[in-house]
Amino acid sequence: MSAGKDHAALAQVFNNDENRVDWHDETLWFVRAKRDRASHGIPDWELLRETASQIKHNVLSNMHNYLVQFEENALTNGIKIHWAADAAEHNAIVLSILKEKGIDRMVKSKSMLTEECHLNDFLQDNGVEVIDSDLGERIVQLAKEPPSHIVLPCIHKKKEEIGDIFHEHLGTAAGESDPQILTETARQHLREIFITRRAALTGVNFAIAETGEFVVCTNEGNADMGAHLADVHIASMGFEKLIPQRKHLSVFLRLLTRSATGQPITTYSSHFKKPRPGQQMHIIIVDNGRSIQLGREDFRNSLKCIRCGACMNTCPVYRRSGGHSYHTAVAGPIGSILAPNLDMEKYADLPFASTLCGSCSNVCPVKIDIHDQLYKWRQVIVKNGYSTKTKTAMMKGMTLALSSPAIFNLSGKAGRLALRYIPFAVNNGLNPWFKQRDMPTPPEDSFTDWYKKNRKGEKP
Amino acid sequence: MKVGLFVPCYINQFYPKVAIDTLELLEKFGLEVGYPLNQTCCGQPMANSGYEHLTGSTNELFTQNFAGYDYIVSPSGSCTLHIKDHLHSDEAPAEAKNIRSRIYELTEFLTDIIKIDNIKASFPYRVGLHQSCHGQRGLKLAQMTELTAPAFSKPEQLLKMVNGIELVPLTRADECCGFGGTFCVAEEAVSVKMGKDRVADHIKNNAEYITAADMSCLMHMEGILKRQKSPVKVVHIAEILNAAMV
Repeated sequence: MSAGKDHAALAQVFNNDENRVDWHDETLWFVRAKRDRASHGIPDWELLRETASQIKHNVLSNMHNYLVQFEENALTNGIKIHWAADAAEHNAIVLSILKEKGIDRMVKSKSMLTEECHLNDFLQDNGVEVIDSDLGERIVQLAKEPPSHIVLPCIHKKKEEIGDIFHEHLGTAAGESDPQILTETARQHLREIFITRRAALTGVNFAIAETGEFVVCTNEGNADMGAHLADVHIASMGFEKLIPQRKHLSVFLRLLTRSATGQPITTYSSHFKKPRPGQQMHIIIVDNGRSIQLGREDFRNSLKCIRCGACMNTCPVYRRSGGHSYHTAVAGPIGSILAPNLDMEKYADLPFASTLCGSCSNVCPVKIDIHDQLYKWRQVIVKNGYSTKTKTAMMKGMTLALSSPAIFNLSGKAGRLALRYIPFAVNNGLNPWFKQRDMPTPPEDSFTDWYKKNRKGEKP
Repeated sequence: MKVGLFVPCYINQFYPKVAIDTLELLEKFGLEVGYPLNQTCCGQPMANSGYEHLTGSTNELFTQNFAGYDYIVSPSGSCTLHIKDHLHSDEAPAEAKNIRSRIYELTEFLTDIIKIDNIKASFPYRVGLHQSCHGQRGLKLAQMTELTAPAFSKPEQLLKMVNGIELVPLTRADECCGFGGTFCVAEEAVSVKMGKDRVADHIKNNAEYITAADMSCLMHMEGILKRQKSPVKVVHIAEILNAAMV
């Protein structure tokens, strides 16, 4: 973790503009409230969550068999299957497919996996132009930023800022911020892209082992526009996207958008089973650390994630620190338990970017024990030495003081005295508590002192 | 029934009145309450910071202090949850296990174990109830807005027995205040912003007091209220439940 780039530092920068923090918080809370109405609106919500969690449990316990079954069926359907051990291999496969066809321009639908693999940069460096076709993704792409949220990639941008970006790149009038005009501009711009691109890449929401097909969910239909017009359709999926049977979709499709945006179902839940005549269809099945996570018993459940983003919307820390402060493709609570698996040192800060309030685990449609995993990651990170020396020294000192009632009572007394008689010793800018909060007014006696004076001491 | 009073370290040092009110309240219900003088801390500050491996000595001390009691009661949801989830002892594993199953946060002890149905207390003020996360979501002291299940709240059930109290509704019923243990200094900016927003919700809804079953959340909010020179005060639920009849 490089100095000054951790979550706390980045969140502090985000908090310099309090009005923006308020706006960000309210916007995401609005989505959380919609999610509440949608989930409370159907009687079997908790049963659905449990069912989804169990289905995914089955998948994670039998990953090998389902992957083999999926591959066999997909091959029978005429889909080409590729296996990628890591991000580099995934990116190289995409490039080789495009090169074979002599294609140097591609349209892409939303895929957090390709963000995780930094595909856009890689392709650009290799002479391939990629246009993101999801509206929010397109906006952050034009702004040269990564998405700040897995479902709402440009939730951190106000419409006026989007207007400025469109003015610069898409020729809208200066100062134009009417959402309808901006959306229509994007629509015209993207329509031209869809018609002219011979290759389209989509993500995968659910891959069905039983049938060898996959399902892509979008609200804008952009995945379909890209895939249906292109000669080559590449679908990138993390291997945990598998579900055993088609009938299981009914559980996940009911949960996904209710959790994500409060909608009953996505506008487009498109099934892709085989290439149409003359088209090539590829699926790249990516590991990139997933098998390591599968082997970590405490963290395995994080692979149940269906990428709805509900944990981000409900997270009081995410809402007030912004997605970019997590400095990883998947931000928020779920990102904070996925990222340390990819690079424990680089993401050592993320499991600490939480109050462990537990709201994330409660909204999770597949019941991932997110806040418990955050706690467990903290232990793993410290044990692996990714903590500061200062913090370790402080914790050791604290342990010493708290292990001995005598030292505890003495240092408590010293602390209270210091607060009473030399408040400037603690009430200064070096004390992060005091920066924006007053210290408690210290009492003369501790409770133990009071008890000794007023009650007889008890030794059971 | 012999009850051991577990007073969290920061309450012992900074908020002795909360512990006194807890003790008196339990005694009001005719309970025999003991306070082991050698107690210090549950070890949560180390554990939540990733140093659970350093909590061996506090665990042993805790187990020694509380092994002899039928129940252990504490005016803190957070510390109670930590003991319930993480107390282990190499020297006396059976006692530690026993303590884990017999430790209760004050309000759940009053509602679930001694099942009180009235309290002789009076607190004629408008009060906002802050549902502390570890108590609410960890110990399930109240239903959580994220789940689709019938509503209940043990702290609220008790507060409703208090004479003259007016509980004010909150716009966000169970949002975290941002204290979070060492989070409050490690993530100072976000912690304070969360606290300011939490306090603002109570003020907007005309609370004169903010109460909770966790003094740590209240300490954080008190720091913010004082800095803002707000007339709104914090008060631990034990102080309200033990407030004398006027």
